[in-house]
Amino acid sequence: MSWENYMPYIYAIFAPFALALFGIIYGLVLKGFDRKLAAHMQWRVGPPLRQPFYDVLKLFEKENIVPKNAVPWIFNSAPIISMGALILALLYLPIGPFNPVLGNYGDLIVLLYILALPGLAMMLGGFSSSSPYSAVGAQREFIMILSYEFPLAIIIFTFAWKYSILYPNLKAFSLLTFVEHPLWQNVGILGFIGLLILLITMLVVTTGEVGRMPFDIADAGTEISGGALLEYTGKNLGLFYLADAVKIVVMGTLIITFFFPYNLSSLLLHYFSLPHYAWLTIDFLFYLLKLFIISFVVVTVMRVAFPRFRVDQVVKFYWGYATLASLIALSLIVLDTVGGV
Amino acid sequence: MVDMDKKVMARKMGRLIRSIWIFNWFNSCGVTELLPVVASIYDMERFGLIVVDNPKHADVLIVGGYQTEKSIKRVIRIYNQMPEPKAVMALGSCTITGGMYWDSYNTIKRLSDYIPVTIYVPGCPPRPEAVFQAVGMIFEHVNQLKKEVKGK
Ligand code: SF4
Repeated sequence: MSWENYMPYIYAIFAPFALALFGIIYGLVLKGFDRKLAAHMQWRVGPPLRQPFYDVLKLFEKENIVPKNAVPWIFNSAPIISMGALILALLYLPIGPFNPVLGNYGDLIVLLYILALPGLAMMLGGFSSSSPYSAVGAQREFIMILSYEFPLAIIIFTFAWKYSILYPNLKAFSLLTFVEHPLWQNVGILGFIGLLILLITMLVVTTGEVGRMPFDIADAGTEISGGALLEYTGKNLGLFYLADAVKIVVMGTLIITFFFPYNLSSLLLHYFSLPHYAWLTIDFLFYLLKLFIISFVVVTVMRVAFPRFRVDQVVKFYWGYATLASLIALSLIVLDTVGGV
Repeated sequence: MVDMDKKVMARKMGRLIRSIWIFNWFNSCGVTELLPVVASIYDMERFGLIVVDNPKHADVLIVGGYQTEKSIKRVIRIYNQMPEPKAVMALGSCTITGGMYWDSYNTIKRLSDYIPVTIYVPGCPPRPEAVFQAVGMIFEHVNQLKKEVKGK
């Protein structure tokens, strides 16, 4: 056998490592930009862009404390589960011009469950760490999961339904279908408005999913001093810090896959020719730019512009307004499809 | 062997000073001059210093001003909860000598009698510049350490 027969195996072994490295590094870079830009919005100078890397290095130098009354194996495995689930989610997502590594083995429903895992891990860690503040934080994390999963599920099912009508021969829940056939061209004016509402809902859901400022009730510093992460120090806290950074990459990629799966190469291909790898590089850079813009809108602008909601307000917001908006968008898209046919 | 230790130490310190997470403990007027350090004019985040919400995430404990007989118990408790390596910065004359409360019956006179203090910042209250000078001295110390390791 020639070495080319082994290529799929080599790819399958190295792709997860490469993806994990990409997710961590770009997540930290995005975090650095977030802190710098937020500082500029508040008329400050802000930390250097490398600051998140410094933070992680420092956290890995610090002492790792496991509380006396904690359940050590749950306490220590929670950050690893959180990190592992996010990297697993990256394997299912198309990264820019590259197809997902596990594209043929799972679909959006699997992804929906994987995306609930980091929150669940944080909850487990909080409950197992024996601090009352952590328990309160874990309960709030659970409330968060219950709140944002519902609108997210409606968004995903709206897309799947539309695709199953448009392309009956393709897999409706597959992310590959989403990437190859962007939805914006295939809908009328009503559907266009519906998609816009879905996009806004998705952005709001993402802010809740990454647990940032208006919806950071789970680790609200001034109320429950860190919540579920309260007892974590050293390496474990470092892993949660990294997971927090990767989360924005995962959620941003999900938004890109749903709403902006466009590549520059298909647009520019007619004007000049370049070798294949050059197009890949251009598309990848374009993907990074899209991620940066989404992170800026979802994380930086939101956290500078809005103060924290109360717990009941968050639940009301997601179950009331966000769910209502996504249902309206669903009915608009249904009307558009039925009226158009 | 000693050289090796110094090398490890210099690397460790180099990582630690780049991102210092602070936990504040104030129950007196000493806080008034530290607030501008956080706000936009002096902006301590430039140097990677941020305020965290609980002692378990913190590297540096800032004790501001005089401590009463009651509050010093909490300070000791907070100090014990912080993960190693940790440091304490004491703000104000009150932490050094008792300051203007030197003959008060219910305040402690010298903080280092109770917890190990790494650095004192004098003043009543200390100006933000003094706080930054203290931080700068720590940075300078670590740079010296690095230079020594490199020179050998
Ligand atoms: S040093 Fe001065 S400002 Fe600080 S606590 Fe004492 S009296 Fe107040």
